Amino acid sequence: MSGYVRRAWMVAWKDVLSERRSKESLNALVFFSLLLLFVFQFALGPERTRVEAALPGLLWLAFILSGLLAFGRAFLIERENDCWEGLVLSPGDKSAIYLGKLAGNLLVMLVVEVVLLVLFAVFFALDFTPALPALAAVLALGTLGLAAVGTLFGAITAQVRAREVLLPVLLLPAVVPVLLASVSATQTALSGQPLAEAAQWLKLLAAADLVYLVVGVLTFEFVLEG
Amino acid sequence: MAARALGWLAVLALIAGLGAAFGYAPREVVQGNVRRIMCLLLPGVLTALLAFAVVFVGRVGYVLTEGQVWDRLALAAAEPGVLFTGITIVSGSIWGKPTWGTWWTWDARLTSTAVLFLVYVGYLLLRGMVDDPDRRARVAAVVGILGAANIPIVHFSVKWWRALHQPSTILGPEPSPIAAPIAATLLVNWIAFTLLFAYLLAARMQIARLEDTHAG
Amino acid sequence: MIAAGPVPARGPTAPLPASDFMIQAGRLRKTYGPATVLEDVSLELGAGQGVTLLGANGAGKTTLLRIFATLLRPTSGSLRIAGVDAVREPEAVRRAIGMVGHGSWVYEELTALENLRFWAGMGGHDASRERLRDALEQVELGGSAGRRARTFSAGMKRRLALARVLLGRARLLLLDEPFTGLDRAGRKWLGEFLLAFKARGGALVVATHSFDAGVGVADRIAILSGGRIVLDRDAAQLGHEDLRRLYDELAMGPGSAA
Repeated sequence: MSGYVRRAWMVAWKDVLSERRSKESLNALVFFSLLLLFVFQFALGPERTRVEAALPGLLWLAFILSGLLAFGRAFLIERENDCWEGLVLSPGDKSAIYLGKLAGNLLVMLVVEVVLLVLFAVFFALDFTPALPALAAVLALGTLGLAAVGTLFGAITAQVRAREVLLPVLLLPAVVPVLLASVSATQTALSGQPLAEAAQWLKLLAAADLVYLVVGVLTFEFVLEG
Repeated sequence: MAARALGWLAVLALIAGLGAAFGYAPREVVQGNVRRIMCLLLPGVLTALLAFAVVFVGRVGYVLTEGQVWDRLALAAAEPGVLFTGITIVSGSIWGKPTWGTWWTWDARLTSTAVLFLVYVGYLLLRGMVDDPDRRARVAAVVGILGAANIPIVHFSVKWWRALHQPSTILGPEPSPIAAPIAATLLVNWIAFTLLFAYLLAARMQIARLEDTHAG
Repeated sequence: MIAAGPVPARGPTAPLPASDFMIQAGRLRKTYGPATVLEDVSLELGAGQGVTLLGANGAGKTTLLRIFATLLRPTSGSLRIAGVDAVREPEAVRRAIGMVGHGSWVYEELTALENLRFWAGMGGHDASRERLRDALEQVELGGSAGRRARTFSAGMKRRLALARVLLGRARLLLLDEPFTGLDRAGRKWLGEFLLAFKARGGALVVATHSFDAGVGVADRIAILSGGRIVLDRDAAQLGHEDLRRLYDELAMGPGSAA
């Protein structure tokens, strides 16, 4: 395994292992998802049709809010015991660390999204199964975009004073395209139409993901340096 | 001193531009006087885009050379950039009220610009929160680069999302249907705005340089 | 460049050819806005040498150490590590640097073994189980290899950090308050470890406010006060008592900052 891939792998391995053992973030996120469900229900009122109509938006709202929490926490682990220093001083291209963190974040988001879908299905008596493959594709592309920017900005705000406020302030405007595209494509998927109908949105998502990844990989070492 | 001269030039051009907008350009038949606000809107948009392009250049320059001057350039451009975007949005809103009946619509151009505005406000907020000048410049550079790279993506996503705004008359592929006097007015205003931007840029850079040497 | 292969131990007073300098710091200055943390700091350190930075808290020891580690950039001044300009090319020198800072770089949820495996992997070093266990044995953490670091005392975390350093191929060791949290036996162990490191040709910078332990490993003593080096002498040239007196005067007197 080349040094670069190995380092990215080590970072992802370390994060997943730590999270699996402490379960801090995951527990909080899952519980948060549950809470969101109730909040949505109370905000929208008892009519089921309203929820169904707003469903794509609600889903992505939930994903983004969870993402904000997850990305904010991703680099906190490095602040304990000054591990951040160790990462800065480790030799080689620092973007490997970015990719490793990204992988970890993607995994967390994936788990949260699956949980949310299950919760939505249970609480709002919805059936996602016919739309699953299409939904999975949209989720994959959209989450990649969210996480690519979220990991980068999470690293930036981890060392800043008002980080809880700053991360949303920076992240939300930046992921507007991802939100627009993902919601539209999700709409298509959920309404049973073939995914080809949403082709332009998917292409936009793919292009955006590529751009964000490239920017992240190229600029991460600047963010890491103290 | 060059900045001063620029400043005066900008003021003159602005006066000329405003005069042209309200005196010289003929009243447009359907939209009346409000059309003249357009003369502020379009140049505003173009200058805002110019500002963000300059921010992007400054950011990349900083990333490549780590020279403080690039960081100052980016900061100096971002603040007027935010200002011009603000002007664009407000004048767009004013234009919109009589035309569409509301202060705000989620039309493509306006929304895109608003998103851009939010991105750069966030950028400035971030700058305010990092004390170490080295780190501040680096981190701001990263946010700025992503913001700039996002511009076309935002543009297309919002455009597709909403097809309300009239087809682009300047940036579209069809020949521009704008009459000559209006075109001249727009041109003068655009030059005025650009000069104003250049003046603000130069002045802000000077201040930034003084700030840095004072602190360092 | 430092010669490859085993380097003979050098005495503290032997003259050093220029290429053997591990650290060449010239007029380093570090400011944070209006506050000046380091002023006009110059220091030279050769291979096989150890310098102990003494000073009260707030005197600038940690800042200086972090500049040597290329974690911080000096506001002005020059720094060469192993002959390379460390300010311009920090990446080039990082492989040669091992550091035990305030934090021990320990991930709480990982076991001692896993922690080492991570840092070895990040450093690009061979991380076979045997080597990792061996390193843990050397710092007397062999029995705790499978325990999560969350359960470790501060001293144990320190030792884990030293095991991490052992796995690397550092030629310059930077240690910030390494003796804190160690008991008597631990301090003795660390002292021996550092002397052995020097004997192998490594260079050492120890920052501490703990006088006795710090002096034991040093060939040179530098006292930092208020961001300046107020004393830089060969340890051999000063008697223990004189040094102590000087230290109390210089470091604890006008220099003891907030």
